[in-house]
Amino acid sequence: MENVISSRKSRRWHLGDRALVNIFIWPTLSLLILMNIFPLFYSIYLSFTNYSVIGNKLPVWVGLQNYQQLLNNEQVWSYFAITGRYALASVALQTVLGFGLAMLIREKFKGSGFITTLILIPMMLSPVVVGLFFKLMFNPGYGIFNYLISWLGVPLTTDWLAKTDLALWAIVIVDVWMWTPFVMLLVLSGLSAIPDYLYEAAVIDRASSWFQFWRITLPQVAPLVLIAVLFRSIEAFKSFDLAMGLTGGGPGATTRLISIDIYTRAFLGQFKTGQASALAVIVLVVIIAVSNLYITALNKGKEA
Amino acid sequence: MKKVFYIMILLAMVFTACAPEPAAPTEAAPVETAAPEEPASTAAPVEPAIQELTILWAEWDPANYLQEIGNLYEQETGIKVNVVQEPWGSFYDLMASQWAAKSDTYDMVVGDSQWTGQGATQGHYVDLTEFMTSNGIDKSVTPGTLKYYGEYPVGSGTYWAYPTEGDAVGWAYRKDLFEDPKEMDDFKAKYGYDLKPPDTWAQLRDIAEFFTRPDNPVNGVKYGVGVYTQKDYDGMIMGYENVMFSWGADWFDPTTFEVEGVVNSQEAVDALTFYRGLYQFAPPGTSNAFFAEMNDAFISGQVAMVMNYFAFLPALGNPGVNPNADKTGYFSGPAGPNGDRYVALGGQGLSVLSYTSAERQQASMDFIKWFAQEEIQKEWAKVGGYTCNSNVLASEEFLNNTPYNRAFSESMNVVKDFWNIPVFGEMLEPVNRILHPYIVDGQGDPKELLDQLAAEQHQILVDNEILK
Repeated sequence: MENVISSRKSRRWHLGDRALVNIFIWPTLSLLILMNIFPLFYSIYLSFTNYSVIGNKLPVWVGLQNYQQLLNNEQVWSYFAITGRYALASVALQTVLGFGLAMLIREKFKGSGFITTLILIPMMLSPVVVGLFFKLMFNPGYGIFNYLISWLGVPLTTDWLAKTDLALWAIVIVDVWMWTPFVMLLVLSGLSAIPDYLYEAAVIDRASSWFQFWRITLPQVAPLVLIAVLFRSIEAFKSFDLAMGLTGGGPGATTRLISIDIYTRAFLGQFKTGQASALAVIVLVVIIAVSNLYITALNKGKEA
Repeated sequence: MKKVFYIMILLAMVFTACAPEPAAPTEAAPVETAAPEEPASTAAPVEPAIQELTILWAEWDPANYLQEIGNLYEQETGIKVNVVQEPWGSFYDLMASQWAAKSDTYDMVVGDSQWTGQGATQGHYVDLTEFMTSNGIDKSVTPGTLKYYGEYPVGSGTYWAYPTEGDAVGWAYRKDLFEDPKEMDDFKAKYGYDLKPPDTWAQLRDIAEFFTRPDNPVNGVKYGVGVYTQKDYDGMIMGYENVMFSWGADWFDPTTFEVEGVVNSQEAVDALTFYRGLYQFAPPGTSNAFFAEMNDAFISGQVAMVMNYFAFLPALGNPGVNPNADKTGYFSGPAGPNGDRYVALGGQGLSVLSYTSAERQQASMDFIKWFAQEEIQKEWAKVGGYTCNSNVLASEEFLNNTPYNRAFSESMNVVKDFWNIPVFGEMLEPVNRILHPYIVDGQGDPKELLDQLAAEQHQILVDNEILK
């Protein structure tokens, strides 16, 4: 009798796998729709309107007007160019330095774990805080940056953030300092996955170190390097907080990345919500296109 | 069994997330306990329908002073006044988000003068014209403050804010340097006139140049002057326009709103060139500097003179903050080459937000009516607020209240403001983009830059149907 009651109880509580899956998936899916999908589609809708969030008026459909205005605006193209230069310089430097660092700490030595952890610290910091700290460090009066450069025998009193030709490089330097460890980490995981027997065979064949690097290390790590480049390119293209904290887009607009321009149009007294949404959609399309190029390259690499 | 366990965890998480916040201590209680032991004669015999008013302002000392005044109001009426402070960096964004949401969180805002156009035309502010004129409030404040803080459109006689915190750009200087006999002799020998707080911008430039000695500092001071250069919003503009107005130039023709030939006039070109020259004597690293950086530069003993809003000068007179507080003097903005003398307006007006109930709006206006009384304005000035009340401003008591009040009072007679139209943000953007690289890095030709600025601003005004 007791067994019957117990089996009835357990049957009462029994849920099928499908029901359980639904219980777990739907809250997540609902949140995703509410917080991501709906805002995305709503901003796409707003991009076709003249809406201003503080305008106290309903959005009015203006078709492609916002896109026309933006794409015919030389300033917008110059901000894309600035963003492109910034992304190219910072991702290239991060890739080279990250790869180099990974090669250096690839071999285990006493304290290598501790050193690896130390190297990873910059990427754990908040970009805005990093921006503000480096703002102090770049100060030509009391900042440490020019002092460190002077160790190389180049005495500097330059105000990096006030010079139109140097300010972007200042942001690149900080971004490289912050995100090189990320590339290093990915490359390091790739390096550790290379089977030792490949190198042993190469040594038996008397292959040079360069040959080993070129024919074994690089091809084996390439997919992970591409992934690192993909992630960093996307991040660099939509970078906002670091540049905002460091230069605010200045001097003038010489370091105004495209995301800062979106912010300027959306806030800072302008509140051109429709136009800012259109620019955000354009940036989204560009990022998707660039990502696809990388993914295609990645897939080709895998096939090869 | 595992499934049941997982479901229970999930449900527990959902319930935890959805559980109501523990009830906050009722805010009515302090009102009751704070009821004055000796109620003022104006205290209502019955409990007021509105028991609490909330005012939004930026996070700075004047907001604390307003809270003190609000406490007086509570003592008199039993209506609690909360002054909610938001850091300057996000103050406007917060207000805009409240407007966007048509939120009734705040009853009033002490808003920037340039917001007035948006507040008036987009329906965020309550029209206070009838209220202010019928109660004589419009006559109690100086005409300049009423025009710039309260009126929109300018000259229309329609008011949207009560001028609350008057402010203007003033100057602080190191008295110990200016009164040092050796420095005075050296200065006179070099420039041919006495070293004293400048009457003209040309003198200010000479003094700035004289004290710029990075390799041979005097009393630790290496640089002559600190000027506003911040390019994100209106910082650099608030610095440059002191010079521009005093040179006889302007942002626009006040009768036609035309910018061509005004913002790029020869006077404006000369003023821009001068401002760029002044930056040569500023401490390095102040290429994106506003009020906080000005005070920092002065407190750290780097500069002989700094420009800053009067509302930020009390920190420089505080020995707990500024080690040179007892050696700090203050002066009002100097005159331009033709004797014109104008200073950039700061400060804010108190507006009633339109998204609260009619009852709350009436209670807000009752507060403003009480606050505008001369006696209360005297108290406002006494606790540290910069009153806009004409009589209080002119009183000896006010002028001698602090070392900077006299300079403040002088300045408030020569204030000028920039745009307060709804598209002011769009008008700011090209100024920052085009002029900032020239001021901090000498990039471009001032005439060409101002021509470009005029063309872009003209287009903005045409696009927004302000100009035909």
